[in-house]
Amino acid sequence: MAEKLLNWDEVLIGGAIKDPGNSKQYETGSWRVERPVWNQDTCIQCMFCWVYCPDSSIKVDENGKMTGIDYTFCKGCGICVEQCPTKPKSLKMILEAESKGKTEEELRKEVFSSEK
Amino acid sequence: MGKKVALTGNEAAAHAIRQINPDVIAAFPITPSTPIPQTVAQFIADGEMDTELVTVESEHSAMSACIGAAAAGGRVMTATSANGYALMWEMLYIASGMRLPIVMAVVARALSSPLNIHGDHSDIMGGRDTGWIQLISENSQEAYDNIIQAVKIAENKNVMTPALVAQDGFNTSHTIEIWELEDDQKVKEFIGEYEPLYPMLNTDEPVTHGAWAPPNWYFEHKISQLKGLLDSKDVVEKVGKEFGETFGRHYGLYEAYKLDDAEYVIVAAGSVCGTTKDIIDGLREDGVKAGLLKIRLFRPFPYEELAETLQSAKAIAVLDRVSPAGAQGGPLFTEIRSALYDTQSRTPVINYTYGLGGRDTQPKHINSVFETLKRIVETGKVEKQFDCLNLRGEWR
Ligand code: SF4
Ligand code: SF4
Repeated sequence: MAEKLLNWDEVLIGGAIKDPGNSKQYETGSWRVERPVWNQDTCIQCMFCWVYCPDSSIKVDENGKMTGIDYTFCKGCGICVEQCPTKPKSLKMILEAESKGKTEEELRKEVFSSEK
Repeated sequence: MGKKVALTGNEAAAHAIRQINPDVIAAFPITPSTPIPQTVAQFIADGEMDTELVTVESEHSAMSACIGAAAAGGRVMTATSANGYALMWEMLYIASGMRLPIVMAVVARALSSPLNIHGDHSDIMGGRDTGWIQLISENSQEAYDNIIQAVKIAENKNVMTPALVAQDGFNTSHTIEIWELEDDQKVKEFIGEYEPLYPMLNTDEPVTHGAWAPPNWYFEHKISQLKGLLDSKDVVEKVGKEFGETFGRHYGLYEAYKLDDAEYVIVAAGSVCGTTKDIIDGLREDGVKAGLLKIRLFRPFPYEELAETLQSAKAIAVLDRVSPAGAQGGPLFTEIRSALYDTQSRTPVINYTYGLGGRDTQPKHINSVFETLKRIVETGKVEKQFDCLNLRGEWR
């Protein structure tokens, strides 16, 4: 979803935006340093993470169930982890660099294996 | 037809605002501009205007409310002075960045500290780079005329930039002068209807105002903003001409007073120009070629035009009603000298700070400036590039 960059004499006066919702074009996940990893085995579907996430990056299915993280927009603030009430937590932060080349399932096993 | 009235500069501004009858005014009282919103409030209470007057808790809030109302699509005005203007600082940049043509009457006053409520240009000069159009008035008539013109200038489609109209605290704001109040209907017709570009209240075309621009967008927006500000120069000239054709008082980018062949020239802005003109009249009677370049439009600074008018000068004194605060001279001085750098003229230019915190500038002080200019031409030497007028103790 690459945005078209306009020249100075093409931009809308006063920085006004006429296409509502275009913040979707700005991928806040692109500069994430840490990322949350979700463990569905301990998750109780309380939806606290969904309520608190400032970037609407908690994915929810049509039944209202949490299904994971939208890493395109998750900026890695860690608020969801703070809010998660389960013991042990069903969300954990890891360094983005350590997630490189691994699937979500691989990461989940790696991060949560010690708690099994 | 207009009629002659004897009223203060503040009342002149209030009458202009009454005739403009903006959609919204948000204001907070501060000396010496308090009588403007006060008089306007009276007009509203008396049913002479139907403006929504928002009484706020600070000037920061006043400008914030103005920005909101202007983004909604309203014609918006306010008034302030000194520390109130300073408190608006953050919001002044936001108003200009959002290209909202708010018009503000500023009664120029000293900034604390020491606490002082009297006239000088510390406030408006401090805000010269906030991206607003700045028009400076010499007297009540100009304050009135400039506010009416400012609406038309700011709202021009190529400009869409907020404008302030300054008058000098007390010297103008609290002095009763005779000036011409134009017919309500004629003023209304002159300014016309305001058509906002992207009004938020137009739900058919939803729009976002005040969004953020990351590093890959901000620069382009700021340069687009600069273009609007610079384009206002031609509009100031055009509106000044139209104003003259309609009301008989013509305005340009500046006023050249006996400047055509002038050898000794003062460059100044505001009420001190009245005193300076009197002195020039006297000097001319004695055959001395004295003249005044009165600054009207300070932002955008019409440097080419101003430099052009100064080509006959043999010595120039620029009067700044503000401390140079560590610069080579006051803001007007550095602008004028810089403008002359691109021309043939290598005329000596000196700078005076005068009138700080309401300090009186009398005929003898202006006379002394012309004396100094004459000495510079006679001796070919500039003893002091910077000096103070009517300061106790010699500046060194
Ligand atoms: S880390 Fe922050 S942005 Fe990412 S899902 Fe959790 S709360 Fe949302
Ligand atoms: S806060 Fe924790 S337990 Fe609650 S839905 Fe989110 S991940 Fe599951």
